[in-house]
Amino acid sequence: MKLYIDVKESSAAKKVAVDDMILTKDLTTTAGSKMLEGYKSLFAAEVVDKLEAAGYDISGKANVGELAIDLLGETSYFGAVETDGKLTNAASVAVKNGDVCGAVVFEVNGANARSAALSDLTFLKPTYGTVSRFGTIPAACSGETVSVMAKTAEDAHALLDTVVGYDSKDGTMHAEEKCALLKSGADFAPVKKVAVAKSLCDTADTTKIEAFKAFLAKEGIEAVEVDADILSSASAAWTALMCAELCNNVSRYDGVKYGYRTKNYKNIDELYTNSRTEAFGMLLKSAVLYGSDALSTGNYEKVYDKGLRVRRVISEYFASLFADYDAVLMPVSSKGEYTMADIEADRYISFKENRYTAPAMITGLPFVVTGGVQLVGNAFSENALLDLAAKFEKEGK
Amino acid sequence: MKYETVIGLEVHVELATESKIFCSCSAKFGAEPNDHVCPACCGMPGMLPIVNKKVVDLGMTAGMMLNCDINRTTTFDKKSYYYPDLPCSYQTTQWFAPICVNGKVKINTSKGEKFIRIKQIHMEEDAGKLVHDDWTDTSLVDYNRTSVPLIEIVSQPDLSSAEEVLAYLERLRDLLRFAKVSDCRFEQGSMRCDVNLSIRPEGSDKLGVRTEMKNMNSLSAIERAIDYEVARHIDALENHTEELVQETRRWDDVKGKSYSMRTKETAGDYRYFPDPNIMPVVIDDCWFDSVKASLPEFPEVKKARYIDELGLSEYDADQLTQSRAFCDCFEAAYAECGMAKDCANWIISDCSKALNRRQETADMLKVNGRALGQLIKLVTEDKVGRANAKKILDAMFDGDIDPERYAEENGFIVSNDTGAIEAVVKAVVDADPKSVADFKGGKEKALMALFGKCMKELKGNCNPQVLREILIDCINKQ
Repeated sequence: MKLYIDVKESSAAKKVAVDDMILTKDLTTTAGSKMLEGYKSLFAAEVVDKLEAAGYDISGKANVGELAIDLLGETSYFGAVETDGKLTNAASVAVKNGDVCGAVVFEVNGANARSAALSDLTFLKPTYGTVSRFGTIPAACSGETVSVMAKTAEDAHALLDTVVGYDSKDGTMHAEEKCALLKSGADFAPVKKVAVAKSLCDTADTTKIEAFKAFLAKEGIEAVEVDADILSSASAAWTALMCAELCNNVSRYDGVKYGYRTKNYKNIDELYTNSRTEAFGMLLKSAVLYGSDALSTGNYEKVYDKGLRVRRVISEYFASLFADYDAVLMPVSSKGEYTMADIEADRYISFKENRYTAPAMITGLPFVVTGGVQLVGNAFSENALLDLAAKFEKEGK
Repeated sequence: MKYETVIGLEVHVELATESKIFCSCSAKFGAEPNDHVCPACCGMPGMLPIVNKKVVDLGMTAGMMLNCDINRTTTFDKKSYYYPDLPCSYQTTQWFAPICVNGKVKINTSKGEKFIRIKQIHMEEDAGKLVHDDWTDTSLVDYNRTSVPLIEIVSQPDLSSAEEVLAYLERLRDLLRFAKVSDCRFEQGSMRCDVNLSIRPEGSDKLGVRTEMKNMNSLSAIERAIDYEVARHIDALENHTEELVQETRRWDDVKGKSYSMRTKETAGDYRYFPDPNIMPVVIDDCWFDSVKASLPEFPEVKKARYIDELGLSEYDADQLTQSRAFCDCFEAAYAECGMAKDCANWIISDCSKALNRRQETADMLKVNGRALGQLIKLVTEDKVGRANAKKILDAMFDGDIDPERYAEENGFIVSNDTGAIEAVVKAVVDADPKSVADFKGGKEKALMALFGKCMKELKGNCNPQVLREILIDCINKQ
């Protein structure tokens, strides 16, 4: 078990962990992969520069699952993180045990949201395009988003305030005035009416959902159950898009320019093949195979393009919900805890458990995790989501 | 049996931008290997592509010059293939919505006029360059060319001979150079061409087996490659020397043969998908109109205007419209001095000679046209002698100067002080009684010798007509 891939001595008051999908100059960045063991970037991520400019000291690089597509970091080449036999990812452990005041992480397939829910932390994945992805290890570019994790909604918001903002080095960003809507102090309409996604609740342990609904009732916030059947399609669609984009993104790791190079080769084809064979883990290889197939001639329309269509349909569904509701309440995972036995029982568990996080990942909508539940909001509604989370953390627990 | 040849071309043209398509590295040709690279064009993780707006400007310009429809929403897509000169193992190109579609280009050949349809033009990044060292059996990679912006112009299979192919390529080159889209140099690889070729019995509407040929580095190599490939196809059909297969072939210009490239390199599935890191580029009316407004007149329109409106000869108009730089210089000079014929002469004759001395081509003419117009005025107003004017022109090649001030500073202004001229002439005539006697004896040449000596003494700063009169006058007084 390895919590940090790389650490720095720090006596600063404001210490923060960034996960190992985010590039730093003085600390190594591995993306949890043997392929990038010891890799030092020539440049730091925009969010790292922003954190340091705001006086945060980056004290460690939190271990991640290989390319951050797994359940709870268990596929890291540097070892899974287990506490009393239970899996949680390294960033959430670092925040939970008070090493750092928060973590800035790269959310790809829900591992951080899941881990925050299991650890009773606050997590916020902002609207796609409000935090720069410059200097993040690319995995699934169409949805992955730099996110924040802390013990409370207030602490999470303070970190978000620091990292949010337009960056000309990322061509997918919203304009600064849109990004500024996320910051503390910006005007927002508080959550008054919540939809509860039945289709997702039906497959999960809903103890925490019920507790949250009780809090809503006490606050006088209306909670209405909606079928939300279409949201069940998000998992398959996001998995297809994610694996396809991942396959393309990891094709740059060839053992030639940087990263792991096999000792076992006689020609360039063997150099490529053996470097990848030896350096990549099973889940990543499976994702690459599936992603390559999803993009291949004849399958593109059936798989990748279908995924894009599902993305549009789900976006439209959310838009219709937000005509009447301010947020959508749903679980974060099906169970309250996971162990290595769950992974051994189903190697592809993260492509199924992502049914709860995929709706927001595929649409780019923001969501907050608090008290083990998830609230998905409309684009740029982070203030309302964090405001409700803060109230819950003060009064609902 | 008689056969006809069916040819479609894929022409790659490097765009004349300062920087690369997705990063700010220089796109200039000829630097030391790997001098023009950054983490983005080396394929290091974490860099995101930012589209160079100038690339879209030039893509649109090319489309407008070739009569294409412009896609107002155009997207970039990723094309995956493994090759060591491609640092990310994918190339960012345009697949689903290329910037230009449905164009046409008119060519002239010995058989008359013909339109060649353009299927599409798309923007993409170039790959790096592999340098093979046979001595040490290693390959080195140079990423300077990686992400240099290209457009690929895809024609319909409308071409039917090497002559038509050359006419088409020359026409593309002229138009794209004229619009400053590219310098289109085959020898530097800024214009490259893949030839898709098949043959079929004359009159048949069924296409034959198609082969694609790469690696032709000059127009003459393309001509040779087409002739070779047509002969090979016919030989295969008539004499069954081999079975034709759809494949990519490499042209070896030294051996004069095409070779099949290993199927491993050509077979493959490019797995195109939209690049999630590049938002669709939306070309609004304002952007579209500004590019449209910046288009040059077509060369033949200019030529006709030079003849009809400015009274130039067919020859002069033709010479000027060979080069956009010539036209720009000519028009600026004409606007300044209003003397079209003089402007044309100075550019076609004097500027061309100076370019030759510098081993530069017409497109590299950088002389300020307005200054050239001022110089021509100085000459026609007899303020500067012609020999000195050529020296001033030379100085104009080296930098932007004000010709009149330069003439003053260097003592090139023609003197109107007849007293001073008379004094010089008298001294020359007095010193050379033999020439005077020869002239008086009927030798016209002797006068020229005296004239030359006077002009030299006056450093060229004298109206020849005035000098001649004073000289004859002085001799007659002897």
